[in-house]
Amino acid sequence: MDAAERVRERILAAVPGAEIEVVAGVQPSLRVDPAHLVAAVKFVKDDPDYRMDMCTCVSGVDYPDSGVIEIVYHFYSVEKRLGPMILRTCVPREEARCECPSLTPLYRGAEFQEREIFDLFGVRFTGHPDLRRILMWDGFVGHPMRKDYVPEDQDSLEDMEVAVRPEDTIN
Amino acid sequence: MADEGLKSELQKSGIFVTTIEELYNWGRKNSIWPMQFGLACCAIEMIATAASRFDLARFGAELFRASPRQADLMIVAGTVTKKMAPQVVRLYNQMPDPKYVIAMGACAISGGPFRDGYNVLKGIDRFIPVDVHIPGCPPRPEALLQGLIMLQEKITGDKLEDAEWYKDPEHGEFPVPQYGTNGLVPRYNAEIWKPWTPPKESESAS
Repeated sequence: MDAAERVRERILAAVPGAEIEVVAGVQPSLRVDPAHLVAAVKFVKDDPDYRMDMCTCVSGVDYPDSGVIEIVYHFYSVEKRLGPMILRTCVPREEARCECPSLTPLYRGAEFQEREIFDLFGVRFTGHPDLRRILMWDGFVGHPMRKDYVPEDQDSLEDMEVAVRPEDTIN
Repeated sequence: MADEGLKSELQKSGIFVTTIEELYNWGRKNSIWPMQFGLACCAIEMIATAASRFDLARFGAELFRASPRQADLMIVAGTVTKKMAPQVVRLYNQMPDPKYVIAMGACAISGGPFRDGYNVLKGIDRFIPVDVHIPGCPPRPEALLQGLIMLQEKITGDKLEDAEWYKDPEHGEFPVPQYGTNGLVPRYNAEIWKPWTPPKESESAS
């Protein structure tokens, strides 16, 4: 497959106005702005050179310091035997603006994974056909994979920070 | 209880003496019917224990029942998530008396490696009474057999006159926890489990 730089240029040519940066790494990836995500993904899905026909993995990553939640997509092409092509997008962490366009209309396989990210990170996927919690129960409040989530029962010895007496320590 | 010496003397002359209690417990301990359900990887070890190499049938407990109504042992084999805990308690309530519980593996005992998680119950003994705890992650089949033998010893020691299920046949069910906003409500059954509290200064000094 083309290098990440080349993929970036080709997406930019097809989707004018998109903000795309190359994230270096063992597997280089492209960070796309949320507004142009669907158009960019549609391009790599339909382009005869790439044909990214399978979305294997949709992941959420919480960055409380930067105030963003990053969503990482892994695409493969079964037809062209290419991949993974990794796209990322960053959405604001705060509850009111935590929205991302859904890829479920393009890839049916993204449906449950987007529901999982909605459940655990609180990202609302606009255009998702059935956005509701998938792992936690319906009455659950909060998004437990966010790093500032405080779980309830802190009643074990470790949680209570029981003072260790000097004679109990093992040297 | 019959005199042990007299019993063995009589046995030498071909007379077998026993009590109803002994006979009854002997029968019960050698035909424990476990319930057929597993929650996580410990269930694989439980299956291995039931299969030919380790052969749970040697101890009369090979008849895994698919219905709680026909089972008298619940092997809690694996991680109990908060979402699953109400169902486990409900299954336990549906079992007929006398019933026993084995907590198999670190997760069923305390939450194990997942105890810091938001979604895992920190030990099934918060909601139902556990008879035998088997540590391990997962426990070897030998450990499960050892746990079963310990349970058999416990059954042998049961006294009919003060057995709970005869004294109080109408005893209520254990309350099934409800899903709350961030976990189970109540967080534990206060009648059978309490969080650790620091000992009083005077007690710790003695």
